Amino acid sequence: MRVLRGRVIHPGKACGQALVSSEPISLLGGIDAETGIIIDPRHPLSGQSVTGRVLVFPTGKGSTVGSYVLYQLKRNGLAPAAIINARCEPIVAVGAIISDIPVIDGIDIAQIRSGDWVRIEEGGQIVVGG
Amino acid sequence: MPECCAVGELQLSSADQQFLAGERGEGARLAAQLVVALGRIYGARDLVPISSVQVAGVSYRNLGEAGLEFLRSWAEAGARVRVPSMLNPAGMDLLAWQEHGIPEAFARRQQAVIEAYERLGVTVSCTCTPYLVGTRPQHGEHLAWSESSAVAFANSIFGARTNREGGPSALAAAILGKTARYGLHLDEARRATHVIDVTCPLHGPTDFGALGYLVGRIAGDGVPLLRLRAGPAALAGLEDPAASRWLPHLKCLTAAAAASGAVGLCHIEGVTPETRERPDLIAPQATRLAIESLRPAYEALNGTEDYVDLVSVGCPHASLGELAQVARLLRGRRTKVELWITTARATLQQARRRGFLEPLLSAGARVMADTCLVVMPMAGRGFRVLATDSAKMAVYAPAHCGLTARFGPLEACIEAAVTGRWQATA
Repeated sequence: MRVLRGRVIHPGKACGQALVSSEPISLLGGIDAETGIIIDPRHPLSGQSVTGRVLVFPTGKGSTVGSYVLYQLKRNGLAPAAIINARCEPIVAVGAIISDIPVIDGIDIAQIRSGDWVRIEEGGQIVVGG
Repeated sequence: MPECCAVGELQLSSADQQFLAGERGEGARLAAQLVVALGRIYGARDLVPISSVQVAGVSYRNLGEAGLEFLRSWAEAGARVRVPSMLNPAGMDLLAWQEHGIPEAFARRQQAVIEAYERLGVTVSCTCTPYLVGTRPQHGEHLAWSESSAVAFANSIFGARTNREGGPSALAAAILGKTARYGLHLDEARRATHVIDVTCPLHGPTDFGALGYLVGRIAGDGVPLLRLRAGPAALAGLEDPAASRWLPHLKCLTAAAAASGAVGLCHIEGVTPETRERPDLIAPQATRLAIESLRPAYEALNGTEDYVDLVSVGCPHASLGELAQVARLLRGRRTKVELWITTARATLQQARRRGFLEPLLSAGARVMADTCLVVMPMAGRGFRVLATDSAKMAVYAPAHCGLTARFGPLEACIEAAVTGRWQATA
């Protein structure tokens, strides 16, 4: 069991299995809001579902309209349980805030592997495994 | 109770804290949460009052059902704007959409978006040139604008201060009446990172657009300083450049730089107020280079087709002067292919009063208010080659409208509208 500590971008408690990407994610065109599946064919996680996972990636990229993709995922019951970034940028931050999805950044994401159980606690604390 | 209290390093006033605690209503709390989070991400020290807002994310084509639901949920939560707020172009002319072939199903959803914004208290003026029709920014004033060309114009020509806001963050700022003080709100971030000597002559607005395209490619999200070494000399030192005959030139330049790069502020020596006032304008590590020819821009933006089936004028939205000029160019002639002129609703009404509108319509042009080709539903309309006098439109037309672009001066575009052919220019 490891405890990591980061910065709270949007508060909330959550837990789930990690889905870790070493590459940035573009929400618009990167994730299908109707299925929760990563659809960017060039992305290493292409074909995987973000639904209910703790989605871990370095940072967001792409169009600012991408914020609404997170909102649509949430409305469709397909959102990730939480998001962990190395560095959060406004597209992900705005999308997560309007969708009420917990986000922590400032984390060394190499400490988390896909399939790890991850618990997001108060104050930016993350418990990995155990 | 202390006047200020730290959340991270961001200092919030007691009024800000009331918003954040929900004491001013749930809608205001949601907005405060968004503005404060962005402030913390960017390391802002505090929130700064803003005098106006321009909100992007208006076309239903971009917003979709999720965006509409978001706007409705904030309206439902009682969110209302506290400062004058206008909108970016919508996906259609809000009054004459039927004439312009917009599908009814789209129109109904677009109207629902507009109604949601009305409930939020936003003025239904859908334009990328808010500075021409309503709220004219002053030097040093803080704003929260989102449309990239309007942001670049407000910063570069008026010397106002705004970041390139996203749709929800601009709306949140409008509801709070404040935005986080970071980026282009700060003196430090407004210093020039690139000093670009432009040694080639610049003729019409199209050349200014071509220059803007090159500047955006060079500067990315930096802050360029342009020194126009080969004129036009009359541009420097104007009291009010936005009210001068150089308005179309400056509009094309700033719009293109914002589209080919992510430029939010482009200093133009002698035009941007700070270039006349700040001895420390150039950042210590600034890159210095020259632009000696516009040819690379024309080569990148101008396709090779010799026919044209759609002509676009008014990107950014045409001013009254530009409408008058198109009316002169079309006098006694008739369009052969579709000519779409996009403008602000208020500009269109002024043109009607002054008698410029009727000649345009009788020559066969469509004059559309409230909208823009880039956000209209363009798929399935059968157009293939677009002629435009805007470098920004030439950048966006392939990806956003599925069109090949011909890019050249207004006169060449009007000629193309009348003949359906693109005449090679020297």
